[in-house]
Amino acid sequence: MRAYKPKDDVQAKAYYTDRFYVAPQVPKSSVEEDEIFANDLAVIKAKFEVKDAYIQVEQMVIHINANDIYGVLELMRDELAYTQLSEMSAIDWLAKDDTFEIFYQMLSMTKRKRIRVKYFIKNGQAVDSVEKLFRSADWSEREMFDMFGIEANNHPFMKRILLPYDWQGNPLLKTYPLEGDEFAAWYEVDKIYGKEARDIIGPELRDTAHVDRYDSERFARLGHEVPKGTEITGDEPAVSASYQEEGGVFLVKKLDKESSIVIDDPQR
Amino acid sequence: MAQHKVNYTQNGGLPIALTSVDKIVNWGRSNSLWALTYGLACCGIEMMASGASRYDFDRFGTIFRASPRQADVMIVAGTLTKKHAEFIKRLYDQMTEPRWVISMGSCANTGGMFNTYATVQGVDRIIPVDLYLPGCAPRPETLQYGVMLLQQKIRANKAGNAQKAKRLM
Ligand code: SF4
Repeated sequence: MRAYKPKDDVQAKAYYTDRFYVAPQVPKSSVEEDEIFANDLAVIKAKFEVKDAYIQVEQMVIHINANDIYGVLELMRDELAYTQLSEMSAIDWLAKDDTFEIFYQMLSMTKRKRIRVKYFIKNGQAVDSVEKLFRSADWSEREMFDMFGIEANNHPFMKRILLPYDWQGNPLLKTYPLEGDEFAAWYEVDKIYGKEARDIIGPELRDTAHVDRYDSERFARLGHEVPKGTEITGDEPAVSASYQEEGGVFLVKKLDKESSIVIDDPQR
Repeated sequence: MAQHKVNYTQNGGLPIALTSVDKIVNWGRSNSLWALTYGLACCGIEMMASGASRYDFDRFGTIFRASPRQADVMIVAGTLTKKHAEFIKRLYDQMTEPRWVISMGSCANTGGMFNTYATVQGVDRIIPVDLYLPGCAPRPETLQYGVMLLQQKIRANKAGNAQKAKRLM
């Protein structure tokens, strides 16, 4: 169970501060505990170097060398019946030791087992594409490139997938601010109107709790609306909302509450 | 044989209404507001509901068009991402004047809950907006009331002089 923390001042504090927080690991157990995993590991170990292997939450995790990845996945697909690559991506460990962790989540439908294959690469290093083995890696590798800037060698179309092609920066890096850097903040203004429009359009307003009673450009007092840009003095007259102007509208019948019919029989 | 029940001579004469050019043009404009289908996110679902039979937008003359060249009003219903921003500008430019924009929902008004790097913090950073509808998502009634307010706004303007082209800058 999670340790109890006093919650009296919880609203005064930011609910989340440390973006480099590392969650504690769930317990690991030995591979020998599961017969199928032990066999799979033996087959992989016969051909490739396995640096570490353990079972975590009923899944086997193996750590391998970065340049073995294509061979290991090919072996797992063709000989061990792990026919699906359900997910792959990277984890940013740049703050700790300037590395990325790359993981591949493999699924065997016949054995009903999952294996996670992992390796570490240095910042700036490229990975080997496994797109030839699994079509699902095509978009996953492009997403990894988009979000972390990790390139995949031999990928047929190594371009950004979610963000626009002319975007700068990799948003899933832990150092990337959630609200965007300067490039992101002005992206649409720069692209559509040009840099000189920045002064006219102005910076983004990111404070969602901001309310200004005296700013009639961006706020309106309900029931006391005034035209945009009016100076607020505090004694604005009440404005009554209506569907139509007083005096009626040319060729359009005015809705009149008295003559409207309320249907209260649902079976009518 | 059917009998004609319409009395053409009542009200002292033929069915003639006298009015001004302003009024008849504004009547035409405000009662045939064709909307550009612009559902960008969850608000689009409410916009579709307003168009369907229960809320029935057609009785306002608001008919959704899939082409900006046939549309008078752009209902921006949903989250505008920065990647999409240039296209909203292009579609807005392709609409013929006079044209109006309704920004529907918190996301279109201010970026809403998406206080992130990828969301435009309000469509009015890209195109001029006539009407902001609050809500997440606004109910179809809100959108219909919004369209009625827009009709009032159109009727309040002089139709004779060509509408002043609205530019953000
Ligand atoms: S305002 Fe709410 S309902 Fe509308 S698009 Fe944004 S998140 Fe969805």
